[in-house]
Amino acid sequence: MISFAFYFFAVLITLLFLVTVMSKNVLYAMTSLAAGMVLISGLFFILGADFLGAVQLIVYVGAIMALYSFAMMFFDVTRDVKEDNSNNTVVFLLGGAIALLLVLMFSAPILGTGAQALHPAVVGATNPQAVGLVLFTKYLVPFEVAAIMLLVAMIAGIILAGKQMDESLTMTEQEENINEMKGDEQ
Amino acid sequence: MIGLSHYLILSGILFSIGLVGVLRRKNLLMLFFATEIMLNAANIAFAAISSHYNDLTGQMFAFFIVAVAASEVAVGLGLLIVLYKKYGTLDLDNFTVMKG
Repeated sequence: MISFAFYFFAVLITLLFLVTVMSKNVLYAMTSLAAGMVLISGLFFILGADFLGAVQLIVYVGAIMALYSFAMMFFDVTRDVKEDNSNNTVVFLLGGAIALLLVLMFSAPILGTGAQALHPAVVGATNPQAVGLVLFTKYLVPFEVAAIMLLVAMIAGIILAGKQMDESLTMTEQEENINEMKGDEQ
Repeated sequence: MIGLSHYLILSGILFSIGLVGVLRRKNLLMLFFATEIMLNAANIAFAAISSHYNDLTGQMFAFFIVAVAASEVAVGLGLLIVLYKKYGTLDLDNFTVMKG
């Protein structure tokens, strides 16, 4: 049953992410990316990482994809993205070769001596409880640093996106010319 | 039976998909999508190794990756909006300033 679920999720995630990478339409790419992330949380639930799966659903699908869809309102998404892909074979060869290298690199220690558990999971605790126990003892400082990083990112996002919000992005060229002339006079 | 290697191979496949996207895409928004795919592939590998060794460190790193991704999106989308206001397009070829 678990193997069926794994292969089901794996095939669907791969197909959806291929659509994300290959599609010319921003809307299709974003929708398939969101669907793939939902299915990835299914993989986390299979692995027993319940809390990580919930975080994946809330943060990735809920927050990040919502942010993308808000940002898409600023851009013209109805027309297809025109891209100059002149050397596709080089890209695919390079991507495949680097990925193979990375897999070999990361699987080397497992094939070799074998790693040891640094913080074994607490016996008898559910996954969220065990995560809380480790996160608020051994990883307390990185947790606080991550909180500060999120605050900084929030302020940066507000400042970057909020600047000149009174100016319209979809001005006609005539209006833009008038604005430029005003700028020249000043 | 599904072992650790299955998850690592899936993670490698997804990472290579994201890598191809990063190398191939010329639109900045699409480039962001490809980086999200790569981050998710790393998360799958972390969770799989975490459950294989019964060790929570992998999941901790996955949480921090999620936090980094969230802040990256917040700052990156702000920059994209500024770029779009300035140039009216998100095509990377239009931002080339060095001739050579």
